[in-house]
Amino acid sequence: MNYLDSFRDKELVQGLARRIAELVRGREKPLVFMEVCGTHTMAIYQYGLRSLLPPEVKLISGPGCPVCVTPNGYLDRAIALSRLPDVIITTFGDMLRVPGSTSSLMVERAKGADIRVVYSPLDAVRIAAANPAKRVVFLGVGFETTAPTVAGSILAAKAQGLSNYFVLASHKTMPQPMAILSADPDLSVDGYICPAHVSAIIGADAYRFLCTEYQVPCVVTGFEPTDVMQGVEMLARQALQGESRVEIQYSRVVSREGNAKAQGVLAEVFTPFDAPWRGIGVLPGSGLRIADAYSEFDAELAIPVQVEELKEHQGCLCGEILKGKVAPGDCPLFGGKCTPESPVGACMVSSEGTCAAAFKYGR
Amino acid sequence: MNDDLILLGHGSGGKLSHQLLDELIIPNLSGVPAAGQNDAALLNIGGVKLAFTTDSYVVDPIFFPGGNIGDLAVNGTVNDLAMMGARPLCLSVGFILEEGFLKSELARIVTSMREAADAAGVAIVTGDTKVVPRGKGDRIFINTSGIGALEHNLAINGAAACVGDKVIVNGCIGDHGIAVLSAREGLEIDSGIKSDSAPLNGLVAELLPLGEALHVLRDPTRGGVATTLKEIALQSGVTVKLSEESLPINPGVRGVCSILGLDPLYVANEGKLLALVAPERAEEALAIMRRHPLGKDAAVIGEVTEASAGRVVMETAVGGVRGVEMLAGEQLPRIC
Repeated sequence: MNYLDSFRDKELVQGLARRIAELVRGREKPLVFMEVCGTHTMAIYQYGLRSLLPPEVKLISGPGCPVCVTPNGYLDRAIALSRLPDVIITTFGDMLRVPGSTSSLMVERAKGADIRVVYSPLDAVRIAAANPAKRVVFLGVGFETTAPTVAGSILAAKAQGLSNYFVLASHKTMPQPMAILSADPDLSVDGYICPAHVSAIIGADAYRFLCTEYQVPCVVTGFEPTDVMQGVEMLARQALQGESRVEIQYSRVVSREGNAKAQGVLAEVFTPFDAPWRGIGVLPGSGLRIADAYSEFDAELAIPVQVEELKEHQGCLCGEILKGKVAPGDCPLFGGKCTPESPVGACMVSSEGTCAAAFKYGR
Repeated sequence: MNDDLILLGHGSGGKLSHQLLDELIIPNLSGVPAAGQNDAALLNIGGVKLAFTTDSYVVDPIFFPGGNIGDLAVNGTVNDLAMMGARPLCLSVGFILEEGFLKSELARIVTSMREAADAAGVAIVTGDTKVVPRGKGDRIFINTSGIGALEHNLAINGAAACVGDKVIVNGCIGDHGIAVLSAREGLEIDSGIKSDSAPLNGLVAELLPLGEALHVLRDPTRGGVATTLKEIALQSGVTVKLSEESLPINPGVRGVCSILGLDPLYVANEGKLLALVAPERAEEALAIMRRHPLGKDAAVIGEVTEASAGRVVMETAVGGVRGVEMLAGEQLPRIC
């Protein structure tokens, strides 16, 4: 058995499922736990973990898919940039299918735009170095997990003296939306499955205020099935005992303090700002924009472009789904007008989106 | 928003490809309903039963661990004939070359094609070459068509799956897709995985004595095992239940998929077949496969559980249950 297999052990997972069932047996109102990370959403669907949990435990998905929470206006600007003749757009694959107001990057690529999927922001820097006559824009989307590598790419471009590398930044940070959700009277969350990779950067202590201000139990949990099930068990124990503290299930990767070096790079290159979240609205201090000292790399400032008028998609419940208030199947567009091959809302686009996972694995 | 444009996803072999076929190409071209589609057309010409198929190859990069676009073009068409239970006889080949392509690379490709044809026991009997101006093609595209002889009365096709059938695969899944992906420029992954590109007609010939117990043969190429099984489930009107635990997957494939957020069930194969076999002969089919060099890692990966509206479900490795759908568009690496 290799290292990974031990975290996917059937007996262990089913043993955890039995223990959870014993803990909550006879409870009338189900315990509701929210995972706020898209990779957790995928893991829960992919391993069929909901089918192993008793009816007294309900898992709901929150705003943790970085593609899903990226607003239309950002996509519209990226699309406008892609239409400039001397611009190469570089992006992670997920962003290709996300619909903007009237188009998507995938459609623009089919029309002839130079849009390239990269696997690391450093690949985008390499493309910039190899194409000095072009302006290369990387779409900087993601939470605290990906933001340090994007910051690193800006530092690398600066070190190489590149003047044709830019980032269109729409990074988000995690704890703020969890505070908003905790304060929402329409939403009753009994505990958070806190994100794994984000927490490796920011540290588990970043969630402590949720426990003290909102009395919500938090468990930083890994992505393997035993991790998720153990995280659920730890949350259930806290909730049943009326406790609220931050526990670390994923201790093999996550510490209380996080990764100081990554935090330093983030603080150097980015500045917090009030960021718009698709379907949720503007959340104070929840985004990262490029700091003034590095504004020459900010695509939004450095490459002026006419962006089309914003149009929101009618009938799409992405916002409510991202807040965990409705399930994908409750959206009138789900599976009909909105499918992975023709998505209306962003939740159906990314492989980590709640609706995409529900469509692919949940039916 | 994208109704008027052909997107890359239309060539993925998944749901978009099916939509293009069902809504635009087939109604205007042949009218043969999608439910009757298989890997090759069956012809009866003057009492002689033949299978006829065609396929085009546009792989990037053209050379990858375990093969190149040339042997792929031969093996792919040989396999499409073999999946109908036909004995491949001869192939045609059409080259579309881009101005500036190296003759030395073409020579390597053509040599591999001859070697692959020899290995499969088929002859390449006719062909065509066109050259397009630089920038109007991508180095080389190859089309191959093939004719095979149908020397039995079995009805092996996608609509023939029955309740109780065992689903058998002849080896590890996802090797081809991951080998090509690993060789792609900009993705510096040394997975050690080689393409499984291989002719399957020899293995099929060994399986044919199973006779009427052999219900479906299908090679899970683009779209992978998931999409292919969903097609079979829809064509036959049955539910297929897969067992994740029993899926043979190389550790390298598992690792690359894990890093990039890809699902091996959707990754392309070029030397694999899915056989749906009546339960009473399934063990025998498995033994036949395992005796063959291209089937040593063969495994029963699932079964047909009920007559229904074409569902595929999977019991996960940890005992959960989830649905399995067709590939929606391109498989795209995730963001984090």
